[in-house]
Amino acid sequence: MAISAHESVDVGRPGGTPPPGAAVSQRSAWLGQHMGTAALAAVVGYTIGHYVGSSFANGYEHVAASGQNDVANVLALTLAVVGWLLGSGALNYPMAKLVGREPAPEIEEKGVGRYFRYSLDHKVVAMQYVIAVLLFLFTGGLLAMAVRTELLSPTTHYFGPGTYIAIVSEHGTVMMMMATSVITGPIAGWLLPLMIGSRRMAFPRVEAFSLWTFIAGYMVILTALPFGGFPTGWTGYAPLQTQAAGGMDSYLVGFVVVGSGMIAAGFNIAVTIINYRAPGMTWSRLPIFVWSLLAVASLLALATPTLATGCLFGILDRTAQTSFFVDQHGGSSFLWENLFWFFGHPEVYIMALPGFGIVGEILPVFTRKPLFGYRVGAAGMLGVALLSFFVWQHHLFQSGINPDMRPLFMLTTELISIPTGFIYLTAMGTLWKSKIRFEVPMLFALALYFNFLLGGISGVYLSDVPVNVTVHGSFFVMAHFHYTIMGGLIFAFFGGLYFWLPKMTGKVMNKKLSLIHFWMMFIFFNATFFPLFIVGLLGQPRRVFEYAQRLQGLNDFSTISAYLLASSFIVFTINFAWSIFIDPKPAASNPWDSLGLEWQVPTPVPFDNFERIPLILADPYHYGEPVPTPVADLGVPAVALAGSGAGGGSGPSGLSGAVVVDGEGRASDV
Amino acid sequence: MSRQHASTANGASEPRHARRVVAMWLVASAIVDPLFYFVAGPHMPPGDMTSSAAGAQFDFNVLTMAALPVIVGVWIYGAYTLLTWRAGRGGPDPVMTPTSRSNIRIQTAWIGTTTVVVLSAFVFGTVELVVPAGAGGGEGPQPIWTPTSKTVLPVQVIGQQWKFTYRYPTYGGFESDKLVIPNDTTIAFHVTSLDVIHDFWAYQLGVKADANPGTDNVAFTTTRAVGKVTVRCDELCGIWHGAMYNYGEVVPKAQFQQWATSTEASLASATKLLPPFAWSYTPSANGAGGSFYPDNVDAFSKTEVYGAGAVSAKTAASKSS
Repeated sequence: MAISAHESVDVGRPGGTPPPGAAVSQRSAWLGQHMGTAALAAVVGYTIGHYVGSSFANGYEHVAASGQNDVANVLALTLAVVGWLLGSGALNYPMAKLVGREPAPEIEEKGVGRYFRYSLDHKVVAMQYVIAVLLFLFTGGLLAMAVRTELLSPTTHYFGPGTYIAIVSEHGTVMMMMATSVITGPIAGWLLPLMIGSRRMAFPRVEAFSLWTFIAGYMVILTALPFGGFPTGWTGYAPLQTQAAGGMDSYLVGFVVVGSGMIAAGFNIAVTIINYRAPGMTWSRLPIFVWSLLAVASLLALATPTLATGCLFGILDRTAQTSFFVDQHGGSSFLWENLFWFFGHPEVYIMALPGFGIVGEILPVFTRKPLFGYRVGAAGMLGVALLSFFVWQHHLFQSGINPDMRPLFMLTTELISIPTGFIYLTAMGTLWKSKIRFEVPMLFALALYFNFLLGGISGVYLSDVPVNVTVHGSFFVMAHFHYTIMGGLIFAFFGGLYFWLPKMTGKVMNKKLSLIHFWMMFIFFNATFFPLFIVGLLGQPRRVFEYAQRLQGLNDFSTISAYLLASSFIVFTINFAWSIFIDPKPAASNPWDSLGLEWQVPTPVPFDNFERIPLILADPYHYGEPVPTPVADLGVPAVALAGSGAGGGSGPSGLSGAVVVDGEGRASDV
Repeated sequence: MSRQHASTANGASEPRHARRVVAMWLVASAIVDPLFYFVAGPHMPPGDMTSSAAGAQFDFNVLTMAALPVIVGVWIYGAYTLLTWRAGRGGPDPVMTPTSRSNIRIQTAWIGTTTVVVLSAFVFGTVELVVPAGAGGGEGPQPIWTPTSKTVLPVQVIGQQWKFTYRYPTYGGFESDKLVIPNDTTIAFHVTSLDVIHDFWAYQLGVKADANPGTDNVAFTTTRAVGKVTVRCDELCGIWHGAMYNYGEVVPKAQFQQWATSTEASLASATKLLPPFAWSYTPSANGAGGSFYPDNVDAFSKTEVYGAGAVSAKTAASKSS
């Protein structure tokens, strides 16, 4: 039975994009809509919003009294974001549908220009995300350097208190916004369809929307600085929020913007995982990274609306003089605390779980063993996701909330360490009697386990209410969450980049520079943050610019380590620029000898990912089998998959109606 | 198949890895735990100046005693596996065995052990929270864990941008910018704010309670030793948050009595200008003066006076509602 290539594409395409016949672009990438027109439209939107806001709200008493017009700020930022989306072309399709016109057909873009456009190709969007999150990360990192510089001395000040608190708040918010998408955007965006045997994400437009709102959120939050910053930290506690100057509007609008992208990304990822798995990709064959994404997606979709709601209340308080958070007028400052942390704690796991997923992928490859306790690991991630909705009041142990809830929240918080412990069980079981190759991704994965151990265990101290009395709000907390977020998520992010960049870009990172980056990052990360546990225990509160003289030694040690930690990212940037753009060396299609489905496709990965939708035959972790099972029947000639160990078998036909697999037929086709 | 034979043959002569790791772990734990508890433990923050500080220190030490074996165990396991099975040693490729993917006994043991540890931590934490009357944390306007002591000195802590002041309702309601409290006494800190959220953190006292506008947040502790106290704001409250700290002192009872009565007398004319004592205050939009809540108009004077008679914490607390 011979199937022509064209037919097979149609057979295997679950509502694929783009429709046949529309796949070639003739126009120049610089015509039409791109990042430049988006920026232009954003400036126009900003100007209109500010003009309108100023013209009708200037007469308000509170505007006259405070000398700042929050209405104008909020309208300006909102219309800037709308303009950004209009200018980028994000709304062309829905608007055309809205007025009943048939939208212009989507085109497959070629060349560099597509990276500056509203692209629907998940691989292009993911690369845009890589640059965006790195920009976000390094901006936040520079702000962190400013914070550490101020803390060099308890008495000599490099910044005024207003500037300092603006820097601290901006650092926290930028980093938290970045961390929501640092893996779900670039790495999951690129790999999720490949890992589950799909040609695309479920909603390519929604994925692109997530990216463009993410970038818009980045720009909105940066506008806080020219507005004078905001003094609340990333937690934005009211009534300080209500009292704060114009920069607060950027925080509130920024979180609504980023939040809408997060909600969209959450639904998109969940729907993709549930509906776009290739035939044979049963739940028990799903890569552990995909399980982590499913858990994260549910958190993104269910927790983020609370944040957006809280921010909208805050905007109303500041512009329309409502009093959701103003206790004198019947509101409550506790309302914000609860809304914020009801989002804020699942958010913490939005940041932790994808990291666990990535190291779960890396470990089997470099130990040549199956992932130990796969089911327990997957259950652990879902357990963490579920429990994370029931722990938020541990941020409020000393706040004066109803005290009899305290043991309950202590219990739920401590319970969450059980599923988190599963992550260690899978790692330790996988390492046992394995054959460990210390490649760069493996080093990052091992570093995550080292860092997260300290981060996780310090969390138990925080969950214990009596100890929390001392450590709440101190540098101990600060060190704790840097150990979990930076030591966990960011290490996993870089591990994932080093692991998958050869597939994503088709180029090899320089190993020497990668090793220098890793060791500098690992050593100076610990040197920066470990002393801060001690500083916190000795009584230094977070977000202060003055501290006890006796703590200067530890603070200075931390600051100098922080500079060196930052320089490790310079090494990375040089490595990235050199290896990807300046002096690229082609990567093998499966350099780590992995069984993962994403490694079985050729490099560069074709536009449609798979020539035909693959038939999955096994999970990607069956290392060490005497007779290796191919991971999937890709339906393409075995020569294209040399050395991958896959593609040889002829799969059982008729497993699913969606695909026609016939190994012999294909062979005769060649 | 031949590889499988080779590994079985190796298995016979291979060292007993599991026993080695467990032995190393037991030895290391037996060293670090007592070392920490007896050498470092007594010096761990926040000291033992009050019941709640000592409780926090004890809890911290107990948690560390539980945490150290976990940390040490993971480190030993990691170091052992990484060194023993590194590819550089050229060992055989791992071979899939029935237990490569999962091992019910190990998984059950793991889940069982972590569950027991976690539940023990919960029970321990709850006991340590409830028995010492909230362990020095803010319990809100209606504390449910109250001290056993009959004489409780109420001290109101008022946070505002950017300073703390202290009112002594049982001494005519005078307001001081220095915290002075008597030794060997149970104190009820009533923490409130005039503007944004602050947090009263008396480090050496082991007391921490958020100062919320319009809310009376109560925290208890019992002083055990005289000495200096640092008070810091522990909730971000605006640009001068970093400079919002002051100092206090725990003094002998007689000295406190003398300080309080003399300060009450010397500040009497100023106290008259203050708003009447209330559990919380509602400043006007400009920050100063203003009215107070209708449900807070009860003057504190109805309650018995510390020193002259016993003040029941329960009565004091119930008045706040």
